[in-house]
Amino acid sequence: MVKSLDRKLLRDLWSLKTQVVSIALVIACGIGGFIGSFSTYGSLLWSRDNYYATARFPHVFATAKRAPVSLLEKIRNIPGVVEVEARVVRDAQLSIPGVVPPMIARLIGHDFEHPGGMNRLTLKSGRWPAPSARGEVVVNQRFLEARGLKLGDRMNVLLNGKLERVMLVGTALSPEYIFATRGGGMPDDEWFAVLWIDARALAAAFNMEGAFNSVLARVEKGASLDAMLDALDKILEPYGGFGAVSRDEQVSHKIITQEISQQRIFGTVLPSIFLAVAAFILNVVLHRQVHAQRGEIAALKALGYDDRWIAWHYLKFASVIVLLGTLIGIGLGWWLGNGMTGLYTDLFHFPQFHFFMPGWLVLAGGAAALVAAFGGAFAATRGVLRLHAAEALRPPAPAQFRPLLLERLGYVELLTSAQRMIMRNLERRPVRAASTVAGIAGSVAILISGTFWADSLEWFIDVQFNQVTRADVNIGFAEPVSRNVRLELARLPGVSEVEVSRAIPVRLRAGHRTYRTGITGVEDDATLSRILDADLREARPAPGGVLLTTRLAERLGVRPGDAVIAELLEGKRVKAAVRVTGTVREMAGMNAWMRLEDLNRLAQESRVVSAAGLSVERAQETALLERLKLMPAAAMVIVNRSLIDTFRETTARNVMFFTTVLSIFAATIAVGVVYNNARIQLAERAWELASLRVLGFTRREVSVLLLGELAVEIAAAIPLGFIAGYWLAALLVALMHQEVMEFPLVIFPSTYVYAGAVVLAAGVVSALIVRNRIDNLDLVAVLKTRE
Amino acid sequence: MRVFAACGLTKTYRMGETEIHALRGVDLEIAAGEFIVLLGPSGSGKSTLLNILGGLDTPTSGEITFKDHNLSAADEAALTRYRREHVGFVFQFYNLIPALTARENVALVTDIAAKSMPAAEALAWVGLGERLDHFPSQLSGGEQQRVAIARAIAKRPDVLLCDEPTGALDYETGKLVLEVIARINAELGTTAMVITHNAAIAAIADRVLRLGDGRIVGVEKPARKLTPAEISW
Repeated sequence: MVKSLDRKLLRDLWSLKTQVVSIALVIACGIGGFIGSFSTYGSLLWSRDNYYATARFPHVFATAKRAPVSLLEKIRNIPGVVEVEARVVRDAQLSIPGVVPPMIARLIGHDFEHPGGMNRLTLKSGRWPAPSARGEVVVNQRFLEARGLKLGDRMNVLLNGKLERVMLVGTALSPEYIFATRGGGMPDDEWFAVLWIDARALAAAFNMEGAFNSVLARVEKGASLDAMLDALDKILEPYGGFGAVSRDEQVSHKIITQEISQQRIFGTVLPSIFLAVAAFILNVVLHRQVHAQRGEIAALKALGYDDRWIAWHYLKFASVIVLLGTLIGIGLGWWLGNGMTGLYTDLFHFPQFHFFMPGWLVLAGGAAALVAAFGGAFAATRGVLRLHAAEALRPPAPAQFRPLLLERLGYVELLTSAQRMIMRNLERRPVRAASTVAGIAGSVAILISGTFWADSLEWFIDVQFNQVTRADVNIGFAEPVSRNVRLELARLPGVSEVEVSRAIPVRLRAGHRTYRTGITGVEDDATLSRILDADLREARPAPGGVLLTTRLAERLGVRPGDAVIAELLEGKRVKAAVRVTGTVREMAGMNAWMRLEDLNRLAQESRVVSAAGLSVERAQETALLERLKLMPAAAMVIVNRSLIDTFRETTARNVMFFTTVLSIFAATIAVGVVYNNARIQLAERAWELASLRVLGFTRREVSVLLLGELAVEIAAAIPLGFIAGYWLAALLVALMHQEVMEFPLVIFPSTYVYAGAVVLAAGVVSALIVRNRIDNLDLVAVLKTRE
Repeated sequence: MRVFAACGLTKTYRMGETEIHALRGVDLEIAAGEFIVLLGPSGSGKSTLLNILGGLDTPTSGEITFKDHNLSAADEAALTRYRREHVGFVFQFYNLIPALTARENVALVTDIAAKSMPAAEALAWVGLGERLDHFPSQLSGGEQQRVAIARAIAKRPDVLLCDEPTGALDYETGKLVLEVIARINAELGTTAMVITHNAAIAAIADRVLRLGDGRIVGVEKPARKLTPAEISW
């Protein structure tokens, strides 16, 4: 008896193939998203940790101005330290023939014959520099690619004021520069090169023989990192130590870690929502599907099949759909994971970046879908099985209807017959209507929460580059220079405005809490670089005190009026109490500001500055940049526009990928809901609709009755979806919250329009497919049969 | 006046592997105001004939005209218009719209027909003037069928086509429904055609057509036309 039931199963599946596939696709999206992003998260974590372990990434990093190599012994004796390595690292201007904007090279002294035990380089191409050859360097792989350079090419580096030609002989990867940047959180491959150069040559160029300015250490497992950092600071302090930091503060590590934690949220929250929506739809659809087969179930019962067989039959029906969905989902997850991993491979430079998909993920995704499907099938089957066979065989009594609320209130004349039928059908099955609305709204919400990132980023860029940093070119000086530099800069070609500032690395202390950051001294009338809070209100440091970002104030546990101890890590290394005069809810960073004069006074230095921002005429930009290359003091020149361009390029690709994927997913879900809903409605009401056709209603008029319900549901769902999308986006933003940055929740109207349009289009496509079926209703059959 | 003229009607359709000859050449003329009962066993072709007359189906060959409309050549849109304007259908299972009240079910048709009567008047005709605002679920089978008849006549159709109108009803209710149909035929002059298995009903017709194997095998004119009240089965 099982055999023929199975045959029925196969035929049912075949006759419902479009519906089966549409449900399977919804499941596939849920499982695919889940597997894809979760496994990307796992792959990313694995790649990083594996790389750190094999390349022996240090635990502690410290820099000083100039410390003697003899100090190493002392550092080695700090409790917990197991390995120490010192080196010289300097940033310098870099130029390549044909590239106008100056670039920065980070020169790292390296002993190629006896490399140290930490930060092991992986040679990607070419060779190591020959021991005797002068000016041979190894460059980070991505700079070579981004600039389209070849091995053997030469570049100019400004070494301590002297132009030096270096030749690229190899490319390498380092765990220190998985994400290479001059300091900002933006991908910087075109403008920032890491060059490993013979240690002796570098030391000689900067008069650093027998000295170092960068030290790395690995510590024992379980050792107190804080105590270690303190001890290291004490040792380096006399030599201009800038403060030791753990991995948490190492730029590349910090960015990767942030990215991984974001991926974890993408990999858990969003796919869980997907899977939940998919499960929900599956549940609803199966429920209706089983319900629609009421007559067949009754017949089976009448034939003597027992309830368990029948229930099992429908569970198998659900299982086949889930299995199909899971299989497609695995493929989709694989594709998605590879795609995302590809995006990360472009961003992060791991020697090995394998995408892998653990089996437990597949099982977990499949199991979730199966549970949901069984839930739906079981609930529906149970309801039908409760009926006595004879009762189920009898045609159901006409469905109970009652006048609409609107009509009970006396507004009878407001509606046409068609509208009345539509509204009464909706009102009679509020749960069904609500679940359809919820499903459609869910897909709108998914679209919004998946695509609003572009809006937030765009807004963020606009604020950062058009309102906060309004300078066209920013210059960082190697050493503090007199404030009069502004006169010199103002004379350069195309410069219309100059603004100077002073930045000093600092350790802020309040009680037992400390934070290492920088204090920026700003001019009173600064306009090229402004301090804005999240609502774009401008803030300025008050005289005699320090202005902190709210996050930094919270971290230190201080409020306006409190004092913090500022330990300046440069110059005279002044330690003094400073009053907090205000806080500002700036979006990014953990910053502190003072008035320029106040900071100079605090540091007990003359009227010096360390950076400048220039407003430049576009036409003269090239001439200006050429001139700046000849200014040895201008160690770092950043053209903001090129920074934005690079940033946009990278993010645009990522955003495009996610937007496309999520749009397809959301559209699939919308089609899944709308189409299945319409098909089931059609099955349930075919008889009624065909009767109307017999009475002389046109195809169009009949379609309106069925599709009108869907239209009402979609119309209700879209605004609800907007609201849900907003809150879902807010939830994601809250989960993404990072210590150093507040991701803005900005959703442009165009995103709402896009989400609404995609779902509407999905609805229209579903409606057209169903419409085709309405057109082909069998009019003759209804005269004879009762449903 | 002649309403229908059929000449050499055939209808064949495929059902899976086999070809079914539902009609094998039917010639027929029906005059305005006639009350016709179609009798015949299952598969004799009576429903197919009714469907073709009602514009639900087209013949495979042969001609069928309604007044001056050639139904055999009409396209889907023309047939829909024909049904809308000229034909009233009564089904074995009433086929009411459960979401609409009695009055609204009737209004559904009067909304789209040109020369209709008010819904309440049509319901009064079938004796349901008191139950205008009841939903189908609140009506008995006989009442539902009378709503269906009201719906069919409200547009003042030229022909009333009833396929087993009493098939799902008990004896008393069935007779009541036949009375309504007969009264409409007599008082409104609507041409009526009733399919039935029940030979007793034939006595209320002007003309009885017996169908067998896709052909008209017998035409009878009862000597004396009875009223539904006079017949029993």
